[in-house]
Amino acid sequence: MTIASSTELICFLLLGVGVVLGSIGVVLLENIVYSAFLLGGVFLSVAGLYLLLNASFVAAAQVLVYVGAVNVLILFAIMLVNKKEDLKVIKSLRLRRILSGGVCFGLLFLLVRVVITTNWSLPGPVAIGEAATERIGEHLFTDYLLPFELASVLLLMAMIGAIVLARKDVVYLESTPESDLKQGLIEQAQPTLLADKPTNS
Amino acid sequence: MSAGLDLEFSFSQVLQGLGLTPQLAHLLWLPLPMLLVLVAAVIGVLVTVWLERKISAAAQQRIGPEYAGALGILQPMADGLKLLVKEDVIPAKADGMLFTLGPVLVLVPVILSWLIVPFGQNLLISNVGVGVFLWIALSSIQPIGLLMSGYASNNKYSLLGGLRAAAQSISYEIPLALSVLAVVMMSNSLSTIDIVDQQNGAGLLSWNVWRQPVGFVIFWICVLAECERLPFDLPEAEEELVAGYQTEYAGMKFALFYLGSYINLVLSALLVSVLYLGGWGFPIPVEWMASWLGQEVDTPVIQVFTASIGISMTILKAYLLVFLAILLRWTTPRVRIDQLLDLGWKFLLPISLVNLLATAALKLVFPVAFGG
Repeated sequence: MTIASSTELICFLLLGVGVVLGSIGVVLLENIVYSAFLLGGVFLSVAGLYLLLNASFVAAAQVLVYVGAVNVLILFAIMLVNKKEDLKVIKSLRLRRILSGGVCFGLLFLLVRVVITTNWSLPGPVAIGEAATERIGEHLFTDYLLPFELASVLLLMAMIGAIVLARKDVVYLESTPESDLKQGLIEQAQPTLLADKPTNS
Repeated sequence: MSAGLDLEFSFSQVLQGLGLTPQLAHLLWLPLPMLLVLVAAVIGVLVTVWLERKISAAAQQRIGPEYAGALGILQPMADGLKLLVKEDVIPAKADGMLFTLGPVLVLVPVILSWLIVPFGQNLLISNVGVGVFLWIALSSIQPIGLLMSGYASNNKYSLLGGLRAAAQSISYEIPLALSVLAVVMMSNSLSTIDIVDQQNGAGLLSWNVWRQPVGFVIFWICVLAECERLPFDLPEAEEELVAGYQTEYAGMKFALFYLGSYINLVLSALLVSVLYLGGWGFPIPVEWMASWLGQEVDTPVIQVFTASIGISMTILKAYLLVFLAILLRWTTPRVRIDQLLDLGWKFLLPISLVNLLATAALKLVFPVAFGG
């Protein structure tokens, strides 16, 4: 075994262990902040696996999008609303856990079965390495143009939705008399956002 | 392109002469450039810290460090030594593990990014195909470290500082990436080597700064914001937040933050010079000078000469930019957080988008000048 292939094997094993243990930790840890940080670790390990598969552009994109944007936003959300409060005891928690555990194990069984029964030793196309960047660009601007544009429209819709939810003056126009007290509290907390509130409402 | 001196080849020849296998020789070669660049980065930081102290002193009509070595040149070493031997305090209510991991996550991506900084045609650790994109991706890991240390310190100033740092670096990453994209579009490659090569056709006149003046200014502003230098140093604004996410840190962990921010500053200056100021290129191309003197470019003497000019030009350009950053730090006031985010989202983002579109249009109309 050459040095290169043994290094590759060691890296693969380390990254695999990182992905599996990390994702188990994300699900099972009690502290949600730890889960969020571990999720970042899992994303990084997946990026490492892409690197091992000779897909450096995808790996960098994975780091940029998942670690740099998605995970940071998750952490942001957790830290901004991180209240220390005891969760209410839910009735029949044990039954719920058994049910969701059963669903998860069923899914795991299916996936393992797929892994075992698939013939993985098919000779796929040769990895093109760094030329992949251009190839991805070509595909995005030709045959995948419509899905690409649809995805961007979807993101735009999500963004507009988030802005509507976050802007308190929009909420004000549709508020009912019962929620006036709550609205007052919001206004006190967010005076700058309400600068252009219509006066006649 | 790869003709001329090949240090790796000669090194492995010597080792194979001593009876080692080629593989082992390659394995022994691998750490050498990395170590060299790491040492260069740390020395670059020491120089920058000294410059910062001297220039800030000059800006405030003081003398600055004076007694530690000639002109106080050993002062940064003394600073580092002091931080090294200080007690490493972890606050009682802090989260020990995250508290330790935070500074590491801030420092490691910055050092990894030195992988792509070229000092000459073949003088870089690795000519990765994804080049500058790798740097952008790596620099996006940093906010996680900042959030981690801000959260783990269990201190409201730290948490606010960490959140501010993350918000700032997310908002400035987008115009930064868009202005890099305009440069990449002109050079048809993400690799830093190709980007510099494309600028050095006619020396000073072909540098990207003339073709991308708007992109240059946007990139410089974003880089300052990413490094948390003064007009944008809100995450550690001392009048408001004590020291932001660094408040609870002491000793070597604080030194890691300090080192990280200065390595990042030097790295950013290097990248500005690579992307916009012709990298290692001399204002007059070395090839022209060699032909005027009637020399071949591939002769060893000229190769050594070219390499040393390349290294000194890169360092000179980078330190001119570092000087500019230090002057800015000691002469400009800090912006407010809302002004910062307005500048990023409502001004720099649209301008950089327009810049990108204009570059694409110009590339179609004048393919000669804008890299067709």
